[in-house]
Amino acid sequence: MKKTYKIEVDCANCANLMEDAARKTAGVQNATVNFMTQKMIVEFEDGKEPKTVMGNVLKACQKVEPDCEIFL
Amino acid sequence: MQEQIINGLLSAVVAAAAIFLFLKERSGEDRLNRKQKKMLIRILVSAMLLLALQLVTAEGFEPLDRILFPAAGRITRLALYLIDYGIIGHDILRKAFQGIRNGRVFDENFLMAVATIGAMALAIYENGDYLEAIAVMLFYQIGEWFQGYAVGKSRRNISELMDIRPDYANVEEDGRLIQADPDEVAIGSVIVVQPGEKVPIDGVAVEGISTLNTSALTGESLPREAKPGDEIVSGCINMTGVLKIRTTKEFGESTVSKILDLVENASSRKSKSEDFISKFAKVYTPAVCYSALALALLPPVVRMLFLGLAADWGVWIYRALTFLVISCPCALVISIPLSFFAGIGGASQQGILVKGSNYLEILSQVKCLVFDKTGTLTQGVFEVNGVHHNQMEAQKLVEYAALAESASSHPISKSLKRAYGKEPNRARVSDIQEISGSGVLAKVDGMEVAAGNDKLMRRLGIPYVDCRETGTIIHMAIQGTYAGHIVISDLVKPHAKEAISALKAAGVEETVMLTGDIKKVADQVAASLGIDEAYSELLPGDKVSKVEELMRGRHGKSGKAKLAFVGDGINDAPVLSRADIGIAMGAMGSDAAIEAADIVLMDDDPLKISKAIRISRKCLGIVYQNITLALGIKFACLLLGALGIANMYLAIFADVGVMVLAVLNAIRCLFVKNL
Repeated sequence: MKKTYKIEVDCANCANLMEDAARKTAGVQNATVNFMTQKMIVEFEDGKEPKTVMGNVLKACQKVEPDCEIFL
Repeated sequence: MQEQIINGLLSAVVAAAAIFLFLKERSGEDRLNRKQKKMLIRILVSAMLLLALQLVTAEGFEPLDRILFPAAGRITRLALYLIDYGIIGHDILRKAFQGIRNGRVFDENFLMAVATIGAMALAIYENGDYLEAIAVMLFYQIGEWFQGYAVGKSRRNISELMDIRPDYANVEEDGRLIQADPDEVAIGSVIVVQPGEKVPIDGVAVEGISTLNTSALTGESLPREAKPGDEIVSGCINMTGVLKIRTTKEFGESTVSKILDLVENASSRKSKSEDFISKFAKVYTPAVCYSALALALLPPVVRMLFLGLAADWGVWIYRALTFLVISCPCALVISIPLSFFAGIGGASQQGILVKGSNYLEILSQVKCLVFDKTGTLTQGVFEVNGVHHNQMEAQKLVEYAALAESASSHPISKSLKRAYGKEPNRARVSDIQEISGSGVLAKVDGMEVAAGNDKLMRRLGIPYVDCRETGTIIHMAIQGTYAGHIVISDLVKPHAKEAISALKAAGVEETVMLTGDIKKVADQVAASLGIDEAYSELLPGDKVSKVEELMRGRHGKSGKAKLAFVGDGINDAPVLSRADIGIAMGAMGSDAAIEAADIVLMDDDPLKISKAIRISRKCLGIVYQNITLALGIKFACLLLGALGIANMYLAIFADVGVMVLAVLNAIRCLFVKNL
């Protein structure tokens, strides 16, 4: 399953870091951060509940970039 | 001298920030977001305080020593500078601390924190110049702020340019027009489009006659007529009359939404250059940090132990700190995707939809272009191209042919009917006898008419004249005598020849045409257009293997030369997806083509192909310029910093300046109209 989330992040390098962090989160198959459109596209592993996974993604992202925001 | 320059800059910053803040508050729209505004206020306050402290100078605090206790002046001054440092840099320090706690040591926050705390510590130790630490932090924050603002602004500008999203749809209810959300209009409802409005949803015109401007979709402001029964594509602008349209799709499925989706998501498919840069950024920052550490430790140790000189710890630590300032890779990381984003935006304005940054990159490396013939180079509409050796008037001959073929639904008979211009009167025709693979025999106005190919003529034993022109030849015999022949052929598109030479000029080395048509026709079309090679009589499956063969040959020579296939997306989807890059033409309203291709040309003008290639070249050129510019200046500064020529100010200006230049350069990708 694929879902798109709106995000807020100020610098392009931070967006790359967020992408890395999201990819490493359990339950995430793949993730792409589009800095230009301020969007995060997350592909979930089968049978994972996006809500709980995204909670972890947000935590992981705020670890690498405290200022970022994902609108869930 | 340097201090005066910095003071001047500080005053400029204060003035600019204040004016900017004031103006932005006054203007209703385009306001700064909360974060940007807060940061700007922090910059303003801290710059003012710093300026004030600079003007008072160290001597200004000396009276405090006499009033309170010795060194009170020095401590007060330090405290005020520290407060200022806190105002401008507290978030950086906090983030740096969090980074260390989370095991992410080397990021730019850490660098700035170390660099400025280091400079601060040196200043306290020497009781002198606190200015440097705070000014560096201040300019860094200004740089960050400006970057956020500039990127946000250009992001919005590009998005606005691409925005063909209609805001509303007029729905008629009880005789009144109501503006509804396009998302909520059901399939089959009738919407009203006034002159000057965008068509919000795909549909069929039911009432009204008007002209449509398709420039938002195709980049070409060729007006298109619309009358009841015509299909209307969303995104067009209604020009002259009121149109009532029965919607055939939901808004989400309409052309306009599909295009927007496609372009918006395009920058999510990252190009190789982007991947390279993000990988590079991951290595660059730690590498510079370790070099800084080495620079701080090694030379003093070497000087002490081996050269017998003084260690000069201060000098080398300062140089190392300068290093850290330059280590932020942001200019690189921001300018590459911004260039691609602007390039994709600029292209979409020209009616060229690129589905991803990676495709734009591959397109710029295309050396071999493979065309499908029908529908791509030719119009795919068969037309009567000539009437030869006719004994009677040409129009009369076409009339007989059309009448004789009137029962057939073959494309050939359709084109004869079109050439005749009227609906054939079936009452004039009798005894129609179709001879499969040869033609027809019929009685028209009581006369025996035979219309067909050379086989038919031989069968009837009528001598015929062969034609030098290529195309489908229909020989005509009336009452048993030869009456001439009609040439029907697929017309070459008006710009096809120009397009091929434009492609050659744009650096495409090889042009190839593939077609299912017979060899004679294919060779003639290829020769007339100046195409290098033509492969004819191919089945759709053969086209795939031919493209694979060409790709093998191409890739063998050098891995970088890519092959693009151009088709109309109707029956060549497998080829489109097999080629390095698939370009579909004339896709307005055709979902299949938009699905299958990597690059979609909204109209069917072959000149757009060379334009797309030129846009991609320009965009990639700018990407490489930015990479070299940013890296070149950074490495130069690193070198100068290590040698002690560049100080921290130069470092921060190099960092911010490069970023600004790179962002401005990236915006150039948007201007592709006259390419």
